[in-house]
Amino acid sequence: MTLVTQHKELRDDVLDGLQLSTRLDRIWRTPSGLIGALTSVDHKVIGRRYILTAFVFLFLGGALALLMRVQLAGAEKHVLSADLYNQVFTMHGSTMMFLFAVPVMEAFAVYLVPLMVGTRNIAFPRLNAFSYWMFLFGGCFLWISFIFNVGPDVGWFAYVPLSNLQFTPSKRADVWAQMITFTEVAALAVAVEIVVTVFKLRAPGMTLDRIPIFVWSMLVTSFLVMFAMPSIMIASTSLILDRLVNTHFFDPAAGGHVLLWQHLFWFFGHPEVYIIFLPATGMASMILATFARRPVIGYPVIVLSLIATGFLSFGLWVHHMFVTGLPQLGAALFTANSMLIAVPSGLQIFCWLATLWDGRPVYRTPLLFVLGFIVVFVIGGLSGVMVASVPIDTQVHDTYFVVAHFHYVLIGGAVFPLIGAVYYWFPKISGRMLSERLGRWNFWLAFVGFNVAFFPMHFLGLMGMPRRVYTYIPDMGWDRLNLLSSCGAALFAVSFILLIANVVVSARRGALAGDNPWDASTLEWATTSPPPSYNFDRIPAVDHRDPLWSDTESIRVVAGLSAERREVLLTSLAEADPQVREASPEPSIWPLLTALATTVFFIGSIFTPWAVLWGTPPMAVALIGWFWPTGSREDEE
Amino acid sequence: MDPHALQSADILRTFVVFLVVAAIVWIAVVVVLAAGLLRRPSPSQHALALDPPFENRAGQVVLGLGIATIIIVLALSVVSYAGQRSVFAKDPNALTLKITGHQWWWEVLYEADSPHLSFVTANEIRIPIEQPVRVQLESADVIHSFWVPSLTGKMDLITGQQNEIQFTAKTAGIYRGQCAEFCGLQHAHMAFSVIALPQDEFRRWREHENQSAGSPVDPLAKQGEDLFRARGCALCHTVRGTLAGGQLGPDLTHIGSRTTIAAGTLPLNSATLGAWLADPQHIKPGNLMPQMPLQSDELIAIHHYLEQLK
Amino acid sequence: MKQQIVQNVGELPTYGFGPRSGPWWGAMSFMALEGMGFAIAVGAYLYLYAVNPTWPIGASPPDLWPGSVETTLYLLSIIPNQYTNRVARRHNLRKVRVCLIIMSLIGIVLLVLRGFEFAHLNTRWDNSAYGSVVWLILSLHTTHLATDLGDTIVLTVLMFTSHAKPRRFSDVTDNVFYWNFVVLAWLPLYILLDWVPRL
Repeated sequence: MTLVTQHKELRDDVLDGLQLSTRLDRIWRTPSGLIGALTSVDHKVIGRRYILTAFVFLFLGGALALLMRVQLAGAEKHVLSADLYNQVFTMHGSTMMFLFAVPVMEAFAVYLVPLMVGTRNIAFPRLNAFSYWMFLFGGCFLWISFIFNVGPDVGWFAYVPLSNLQFTPSKRADVWAQMITFTEVAALAVAVEIVVTVFKLRAPGMTLDRIPIFVWSMLVTSFLVMFAMPSIMIASTSLILDRLVNTHFFDPAAGGHVLLWQHLFWFFGHPEVYIIFLPATGMASMILATFARRPVIGYPVIVLSLIATGFLSFGLWVHHMFVTGLPQLGAALFTANSMLIAVPSGLQIFCWLATLWDGRPVYRTPLLFVLGFIVVFVIGGLSGVMVASVPIDTQVHDTYFVVAHFHYVLIGGAVFPLIGAVYYWFPKISGRMLSERLGRWNFWLAFVGFNVAFFPMHFLGLMGMPRRVYTYIPDMGWDRLNLLSSCGAALFAVSFILLIANVVVSARRGALAGDNPWDASTLEWATTSPPPSYNFDRIPAVDHRDPLWSDTESIRVVAGLSAERREVLLTSLAEADPQVREASPEPSIWPLLTALATTVFFIGSIFTPWAVLWGTPPMAVALIGWFWPTGSREDEE
Repeated sequence: MDPHALQSADILRTFVVFLVVAAIVWIAVVVVLAAGLLRRPSPSQHALALDPPFENRAGQVVLGLGIATIIIVLALSVVSYAGQRSVFAKDPNALTLKITGHQWWWEVLYEADSPHLSFVTANEIRIPIEQPVRVQLESADVIHSFWVPSLTGKMDLITGQQNEIQFTAKTAGIYRGQCAEFCGLQHAHMAFSVIALPQDEFRRWREHENQSAGSPVDPLAKQGEDLFRARGCALCHTVRGTLAGGQLGPDLTHIGSRTTIAAGTLPLNSATLGAWLADPQHIKPGNLMPQMPLQSDELIAIHHYLEQLK
Repeated sequence: MKQQIVQNVGELPTYGFGPRSGPWWGAMSFMALEGMGFAIAVGAYLYLYAVNPTWPIGASPPDLWPGSVETTLYLLSIIPNQYTNRVARRHNLRKVRVCLIIMSLIGIVLLVLRGFEFAHLNTRWDNSAYGSVVWLILSLHTTHLATDLGDTIVLTVLMFTSHAKPRRFSDVTDNVFYWNFVVLAWLPLYILLDWVPRL
């Protein structure tokens, strides 16, 4: 050890070109083989897995949606039993919200944020690995339970008393509650990583007003995660305790209160919508700038809108509870607040419209999805203004009008930009372009299919069709619109099959992308596609919001980081001045072991409270193993 | 939305205001988007070659639109609050009903000052028109939601809490209501009907409904009454004026005069009543009524007994 | 693309203290989200307090002495804790070792006291909603106390091994930082658990 520390450390300022990249690759590369796969802490490896896993859950959740659409295509159909239908709609909502929408946004952030801010790995790479494993195990736990007929059947909101022991004596509600704990642990971990990555790992010179908008949106989102998710964790823990050790949080007979659950749930549940939506707006802004061939108009307006949306999102939760008999004036204040959130969202849309107005749009698939997003999302936003009104909400609450509304917001507002993002960043991640021809088909099928599937639901809701019904009686006259909606759903599903086909084919045979196929302006395009294990051979130095547009000939970099061990550059919070060369962790098996120990603890504790006792030591051992220095390169001075 | 009450008409008016504003905004956005895309772009080559006066103007337009949004939103809040005030206005002279939600049916109590004028029925609510009706809502088990779209918006029935809702029907008719909060297995089949009657007709109905069931006259109905008790039906169901006093299921005192069965699942007629008695689990799987082990002649007798409970 | 080296960062240190270091911000973030967890739990307590006509429900308020002794000890522990911070920043290994041992002992004593506090709550988690929420909040804080104690003990052991490298002093200061959070989080909980039922 002493020998190594005495010799002068090799730095990236004395090496160049191939020599430098070979050395860097040797220290940053994820080891090959199974061990490598299980120990990797590379944000790109984990980000890819995270994205892929989240999309698998999207397809599973989508399959459930199709099952529901088949069941509802006509009155009194018997494709699914009431019991199975209730599991299916609960699984659909839970999968889409907890296993797809939130994770997929965080997954893109895990992959992209370190590249966009110009660093070599995410902050706390081992926590990142742990987060992925927790997400994977939580998702598998939910789906395996479902396959064994223990799928939750109490709705993705699991209202008490329906979800308490008396009315759900099986383990189904426990599975739901513990899946929440898994995914929230995973989400919180990523949120912390993103915050610290954005605060401390930005390239020198990337001052606050030069941060790419997607990174801003993820920063705000991460704060939302940090302040919203504790609420649902307290809620799900209380629910499990009520069910397992006979506490009385939600038991009116012993001083508990059933509306406490709804407050806790929606205090999380409403920001959750923005946790999904804000990253999508960030993606839209990035794509728009590239394909409108100019920077987005109103950068400060957009950033402030993101922040304002974040704050406002914590003051809306009561609009999910307008029909629970709350005081009238209080409810009216939440109406005003809920409508006010339309202002920052509106400002973002106005900025995008202005950008397109002045830009020279290049109509590639990513832009098509963003344009579709604007058209569709505005409908969802406006129907959101409607449901924020107490009198209107008392009529449309828990009807298909609301189903239509939030699918316009979540699919229109998040999935459209997300698919656009897949087309936009796939070349960076895989090194190959997706087929443009299939992409256009994909877009138009999605756009038409989506609207045919969901627009009729507005009418169904106004005609009185409630949500979460496994069937309806023939006299209601709801069959035709339901059939139309089911046809649209089928069309929409085809568009996703095209997406899969496009990805599978293009990953092997797509045209090579090169570093910057779209001539975009941000740092992730300054490195190769796919990026090397160390992301950048020298850390870029930024002096412009659009560094690749301001100087197309050369890139400014800093030198002096180690070429012998994993090192990242920490910069100051506001000005991004270089401060510290900090060691970055080596691959490790301990995050996986910790996740396994935590899984045993979580799953055990829905069967016996003693799991808290015997489940803790393995977790403690794994954590000590995780943090104990290995005496290898990362520990040396 | 097909309003037949003061409240639902108010809600519809508020909805229409919002709908018109929303439609105008959406069309404006799409028109601006299309115009922006169709516009001949300036020939400038470089992405960063921006025109500062234009950037300034664009910023001002964006902010102006933001302010316009604030004004629209505040105006809509006021419209909404006005609608809310009239929808939730309380009239102290209202007719009071108490509804208790059960998995998966509705218990309806008509309260009167003297106990012998109060009575219980199920799944069918008759109300007078042109008179405010106050419904007190409670739940016996999980959360349900009381919703008759033609009369007014919904209100939850919450365990351990009493809620209240008022409405005034304007036209006579039968209005369907349905549970709107997911309440378990048969949430889909938890409906009811509200029958709005002219006031004197309502008074007559109320007087009749308040009476206990008369003794059956024909022998088959008499046999049915005995079997109703002997075969366990009476453990869960009440027929006022007889020994049947069970509390778990709906009151059946005047079942023969109702329009639907199994909480709005089927229209009530001889065939559906027979099918229900023979196998309730087939019609509404998971409901609390078990399939009773009855001989076919016993079934016929009970069926006949129930049908004559008008 | 051609690279143009504009700065050499080779002379920068390889670790920093406070806001200069990454782990400090990690600790800060975790404190923020855990603080939110406490806030939500407190909110649940106050909600139940507001909707119930009697409080505490079917129990007398907790005995005051365990919580009060704890609070005193927590407040006093800030002194050795801050001293630990100072000697760690000065890279004084000998004093850091002594301080860490003292902080570990304080943690153990507090954990024992916490046991007494549970015993003197005068209610069980399954008595009523009051008992449930009191046990939830106290357990939540105990988890933090126990985790930080575990962290301190591991760090103490680490400082006696060959891993006691200079960068570990930064870890020690982060541990100090986190302990302050555990103390700070306790103070409102003490008032809530021990005094609000006496209102």
